[in-house]
Amino acid sequence: MKIVKEALAGTLESSDLLVKVSPGSGTGLEVVISSEVMQQFGLQIDRVVRDTLARLGVTAGLVVVEDKGALDCAIQARVQTAVMRGAEAQTIDWSALS
Amino acid sequence: MTDLAFDLLDRLPRFDGFASRTPHLKDPELKRSRKVCPSLEDAIRRSGLKDGMTISFHHAFREGDKTINTVVDLLARLGFRDLTLAPSSLLSCNAPLIEHIRNGVISRIYTSGMRGKLAEAISHGLMAHPVNIHSHGGRVKLIQDGELNIDVAFLGVSTADCFGNANGISGRSRCGSLGYAKVDARHAGTVILLAEEIVPFPNAPASLSQDEVDYVVKVEQIGDPSKISVGAARITTNPRELLIARLSAEVMVHSGYFEQGFSMQTGSGASATATTRFLEGYMRKTGITAGFALGGITGGIVDLHKKGLIERVIDTQSFDGDAAESLRTSPNHIEISTNEYANAGSKGAYVDQMDLVILSALEIDLDFNVNVITGSDGVMRGASGGHSDVAAAANLSIVVAPLIRSRIPTVVRRCTTVVTPGECIGVLVTDHGIAVNPRRPEIVQRLKAAGLPVMTIEALQQRAESLTGEPRPIEFLDKVVGIVRYRDGSVIDIVRQVKG
Repeated sequence: MKIVKEALAGTLESSDLLVKVSPGSGTGLEVVISSEVMQQFGLQIDRVVRDTLARLGVTAGLVVVEDKGALDCAIQARVQTAVMRGAEAQTIDWSALS
Repeated sequence: MTDLAFDLLDRLPRFDGFASRTPHLKDPELKRSRKVCPSLEDAIRRSGLKDGMTISFHHAFREGDKTINTVVDLLARLGFRDLTLAPSSLLSCNAPLIEHIRNGVISRIYTSGMRGKLAEAISHGLMAHPVNIHSHGGRVKLIQDGELNIDVAFLGVSTADCFGNANGISGRSRCGSLGYAKVDARHAGTVILLAEEIVPFPNAPASLSQDEVDYVVKVEQIGDPSKISVGAARITTNPRELLIARLSAEVMVHSGYFEQGFSMQTGSGASATATTRFLEGYMRKTGITAGFALGGITGGIVDLHKKGLIERVIDTQSFDGDAAESLRTSPNHIEISTNEYANAGSKGAYVDQMDLVILSALEIDLDFNVNVITGSDGVMRGASGGHSDVAAAANLSIVVAPLIRSRIPTVVRRCTTVVTPGECIGVLVTDHGIAVNPRRPEIVQRLKAAGLPVMTIEALQQRAESLTGEPRPIEFLDKVVGIVRYRDGSVIDIVRQVKG
């Protein structure tokens, strides 16, 4: 998927996260993560975000994650939603979301 | 006369007029007003406070306290340095103390706990000397044993008379029980009361008594009682916390200790305080009533007391306005000092008579050790409180906690910091199930017979980790920022400076 416009998903409630995607300035993919549980789970959050983006075929853009201690399933869901909103996806590729 | 009598008379002072040692009695005005100081500054000057001495406060106003910061501000302006600060506890509202620590006004701290920016700064190495963290009972033990010598106590009270008879249940800003202040009034070298209102002599009841008070000074406001129940002492509507509360009430009922005249304590955590709501139904159904409830007292406990389900309420700290009002109006709501409450060195502590206690936890590990002081990021954010005191003495200690808090597991392999040893904990109640300490096989049997969801603590720990993933260990530096003192004064753990 190609991110063509700025889009948001999620909230800043405890146990949730806010994901902001945009086309970005460069050509590559840039992921910026801040988290309340960075020390203990920073690496794992980064992995889940990048895995989710890869499965959606996102290779370019800026993805900013503000995490409030969300579980992996929530991170995955918020990233998917933000990307689909930013890519103006009309049809859903369910196999990429599982 | 014999030589012995001569010797004795030689050593004894000779009579030198009725007022030679009590000159104020010659002045009809002064003999009554001699303790009242026109300003706090004057009281401090008269107290003889010097650099390097130890000052103390009570924390009954919790987040609403307006005494600690005000007094330390003034001491800083007066140029005092190198003081040991020994309040019964510190909270988020005490963040302004950071400046005074940085500037050398305060160099050492004894406290039950700390929160917010101050706790964060100390965890990151603000102080040269590590903070001593004690329990409520343990604080009195340290004072009695002579390690903690309070030179001047600054005690905020809502009303006092000119002689220092004071309480927290009359006047404007009422915090209720003065359980912490009672200890300081008894043991401090000099006792200064900061009174919001000076009332006609004799003020009653005298929670703090004239024979322990040196000076009385009128101040604008000692604290905001509406903020006492902010933070830890809140009433929950969170369904997960209510689920835990319901389960813990069921554990109490089926524990074997739920008998006519039983005693209980519920602490200040959200689930702990909500447990009382669920207990009421069981008490009505069975006709069993409690002999007494102890500790930090909440509106929930007071409600059961008013309904005749708890005969006596024993109050060392009032957690909300309902508790303070009940202390004022009910003859069976009794104010006690923390020495009477929980001191292992006291000749009789109420905790020794306790059946069932509900306690909170930031972390609990596979050996049932409990951490209530450091977060899983290694930063201090809690208080020892009465946790280890009641856990040690009660017949059954029940820890209640959600299995995970956001992404942070509560049930862990090894606690970041141990405050209460696992040998004192009987049962853990979470929203995912109940674990019983293998040291208490009879409790396992009773809870299983009642159909409660009992599993091993290992199973709960694995369940937590399967939800959150495995946390990366926190990185600490060598510097020790906190020493956790067990209730007998021994060192049970240390807290190191967090890296980064």
